[in-house]
Amino acid sequence: MIKRLITVVIVFVLVAGGAFAAGAPEAVPEDEDLRIALLVKSLGNAFFEAARDGAMEAAEELGDVEIIYQGPDEPTAEGQIEIIDSLIAQGVHAIAISSNDPDALVPATQRAQAAGIEVVTFDSDIHPDGRSVFLAPSDDELIGRSQVQAMAEMIDYQGQIAILSASATATNQNIWIEYMQQELEEPEYSDMELVDIVYGDDLSDQSYREAMGLFSSYPDLAGIISPTTVGVAATARAIEDEGLVGQVQLTGLGLPSEMSQYVQDGVSQQVALWNPIELGYGITYIAYHLVRGNAEAAPGAVIPLGELGEVELDEELVTFVGEPFVFDASNIADFEDIY
Amino acid sequence: MSGEQARLAKQPRASLGQRALGLLVRWEMVLFLLLIGVFVLNSNLSPVFLTQRNLLNATFSFMERAIMALPMMLIIISGEIDISVAGIIALSATAMGLASEAGASIPVMILVALATGLAAGLLNAFIVLRFRVPSIAVTIGSMSLFRGVSWAILGNQAISGYPRELAQLGQGTVGNTMIPMPLVMFACLALVFGIVLHRTGIGRTIFAIGNNATATQFSGIPVDRYKAVLFALNGLVAGFAAVLLTSRILSTRPNIAMAWELEVVTLVVLGGVAITGGKGSIIGVVLSIFVTGYLRFGLSLINVPSQVIGIITGLLLVGAIILPGVFEHYSNKLILGKQLKPLEPQRE
Amino acid sequence: MLSKFLAQRESTLFVIIIILLVAVGLRAPRFLEPGRLLSTLNDTVILIMLTMAQLAVIVSGGIDLSVASNLAFTGMATALLNFMFPGVPIVLLVVLALAIGAALGAFNGSLVAWGGVPPIIMTLATMSVFRGMVYLISGGAWVSAHQMTPAFRSIPRVGLLGMPLLMWFGFVTIAVMYVLMNNTRLGRELYAIGDNERSARLVGVNTRLTRFKSFVLSGAIAGLTGLLWVSRYASAQNQTAAGFELETVAAAVIGGVSIMGGSGSVIGAVLGAVFLGIVKNALNVIGVSPFFQLGIQGAVILIAIIANTVIDRRTQVRLGSRRVAA
Repeated sequence: MIKRLITVVIVFVLVAGGAFAAGAPEAVPEDEDLRIALLVKSLGNAFFEAARDGAMEAAEELGDVEIIYQGPDEPTAEGQIEIIDSLIAQGVHAIAISSNDPDALVPATQRAQAAGIEVVTFDSDIHPDGRSVFLAPSDDELIGRSQVQAMAEMIDYQGQIAILSASATATNQNIWIEYMQQELEEPEYSDMELVDIVYGDDLSDQSYREAMGLFSSYPDLAGIISPTTVGVAATARAIEDEGLVGQVQLTGLGLPSEMSQYVQDGVSQQVALWNPIELGYGITYIAYHLVRGNAEAAPGAVIPLGELGEVELDEELVTFVGEPFVFDASNIADFEDIY
Repeated sequence: MSGEQARLAKQPRASLGQRALGLLVRWEMVLFLLLIGVFVLNSNLSPVFLTQRNLLNATFSFMERAIMALPMMLIIISGEIDISVAGIIALSATAMGLASEAGASIPVMILVALATGLAAGLLNAFIVLRFRVPSIAVTIGSMSLFRGVSWAILGNQAISGYPRELAQLGQGTVGNTMIPMPLVMFACLALVFGIVLHRTGIGRTIFAIGNNATATQFSGIPVDRYKAVLFALNGLVAGFAAVLLTSRILSTRPNIAMAWELEVVTLVVLGGVAITGGKGSIIGVVLSIFVTGYLRFGLSLINVPSQVIGIITGLLLVGAIILPGVFEHYSNKLILGKQLKPLEPQRE
Repeated sequence: MLSKFLAQRESTLFVIIIILLVAVGLRAPRFLEPGRLLSTLNDTVILIMLTMAQLAVIVSGGIDLSVASNLAFTGMATALLNFMFPGVPIVLLVVLALAIGAALGAFNGSLVAWGGVPPIIMTLATMSVFRGMVYLISGGAWVSAHQMTPAFRSIPRVGLLGMPLLMWFGFVTIAVMYVLMNNTRLGRELYAIGDNERSARLVGVNTRLTRFKSFVLSGAIAGLTGLLWVSRYASAQNQTAAGFELETVAAAVIGGVSIMGGSGSVIGAVLGAVFLGIVKNALNVIGVSPFFQLGIQGAVILIAIIANTVIDRRTQVRLGSRRVAA
């Protein structure tokens, strides 16, 4: 009701201000198709191309949804803000964002919300002030801890390990690294030592160079955890090039398409990742139900996600689709052409 | 403008037809036609382009770059360039963030940002003028230095606790109207820069320096002092752009305004300012800002992928430079039957 | 003999590099082990080659900001070819990479030479045009290791006479450029139009054609590095080598190439790139916090540029101007 009132006020202000189109949608009539925008970190990123496929799949199932797939040409917050402004001007019904910056986007998404647009986030969150629901890829704690567990298995719970991350400002990376450090404090890891955290900025050459630097600085290095797809692939390549296969173990989060070769060649025994297709699929369903009024963005609310079943929102309106899927030599080839 | 006049003065006597033609192919005219073209195209492609609100709101996202284009215009006219401006923005915003965390009031925060920008500009000026190193080389280095200092200070942290009132500067509108604050500031600054460039002795001197620095030096003008002021001014305005950007995103990270340096240079050059110096006009630059801004906005309204927008603006830049020349070339040939002079390649 | 050696700018830079290596070695002796030095050099080959591309254009008074985008496009194009037609022999792919790169360079060159577009603007525009074309031909997808043939992936690291092929590519490029710039008519003409285009034209240099050739040369080298890049990292992406263009300019300038054109040597440019490569590789080895690395890089670039200019001016005063390199 209050939302309705705000919308009416906004429409009034618009008319009074002399604007004559593109007002905020008051309530979406049942027979009107929904336009849901998928705003990703940058275009030309294989992970998000897969998420788009998932969104398209959901749109097809729902029937009355049109997906707009957009992103800046480089992964910057300013580029995403520019696109949010254009989406507001177009009067889309919902924007689903994987953000480049948790703070900088908030003023823009609040403008969108004020214009009556449903703002949800997936994969990479923004501050809760600027969105309703966040669909996390998986539980952060689980992601962080499970990678340390996987690494420990590979190196028999002893030796030096290092982390090769994406950019130093990537929020989700930093949260996972924090959980990794917490997990390493458990007694069973007393013989393992985290010697360094380096940043490859999600660039192949930089990640490769950082990996080489690690080999050189720590001759006894037993393993590297790289929770980012560009980083883990570049590290695998570096291990292979230096002839360190078997000597330096590798695990992390990587697209099966990028990692297939290395996992099958034994450079890395296993990598994990959630399914970007499911993320795109799920967030489309969430946006759809919120706009249609079938679900409410409130703690404890249950939202049906088509084939994925139902999810429940927690206190901070966060939910996730599932556990990261583990790829090893036995199954990775089945996924290499999918995402 | 004076470069243009000088060129006209050198010609023996232009016939009326030639002069009309000259007017037609003037860069500003081309840009103006382009702007109209952009409006016609976009309003046909998207029903929501041509609304007062959208046209005004669209300016929010390119006003910082627009404001930075103004001092850059002066620097390029004077024959120099500053590649470090985006780095200065990151540094100034960081300083402003530190001030905010220390509990400074908004005016103090703004002063800190401006002072940081000014200092960065002065450092550029000092290195360029003291050691006689080409400004493009110096500022490629200082670009990394400025942003690097911002990284060193902030690391993986962001500053976000800015006071709410700060938002009024970069996100707000004037009074009860829908006119964006940054647009008004840009308009005022553009007016000042335009008057200084085209109506004062300072402007004439800047053109003269860009045309022939040595001759200007010999005529008793302190060329270095002028250039130092221009670099300092560029830093100062970059500091101001940092204030607006911070106000718009209400947070600071070291990677803000990434790669803006080349975008700002593009705006200036598309505006008809010769990269070799000595030629350019405020009207051209202002037109180019709106042509690019609205072209990008219009294309993103119909959800053209960003990379394709990059291709289109890139080709526009090249086209805008070639077409007037080609037009002049062939119209001379067809209409006036004049002896053809080959197109003069501009030296970089 | 010794005074002549010291007077040359290349030797100054060489000495600076030795000092840098010693300084790094004091902090992290492992960095000076032959294997590690070799891998640093190997890591720098691509930057060296791109600096060669940049050199050809800068010496003639231009600048090529599109080299990194050209690299990304040609890399993606050859990776896609390898994916779709695994039967195409690698040698043919190398030729194709040179050809695609040269074609992109020719686009730059023709509009600069005959369209009157200043090089900085032309290549600023094609920097985003070529980058956008990567997106168009790939449809936004990446080409991954498993989609490349083993032969393709092994191009850079296959050994030949005890040296990885990547280094051979680097050496051959340097050698070709050295001969081209010093011993051919084209080289002399490039220096000449960079020094003074008008007088070059007066003495009969076809300035337009020469300028065109400089961009074709730059494009061909950038194209070749594209193939090497994607095969080295076994992944072709849209963001490949983003932001690399200014690094090549910095390397050239550190190497004493005059940004205004007309002077600069192949050896100097190589040393400039090696210097930058060592800085990039050494910072993480000596344990500099990642957050300080960009700032230190910037400061080092600035100091190197200033030192170079000052030293150069002093030697020029002593020996008299030597604008056109022999």
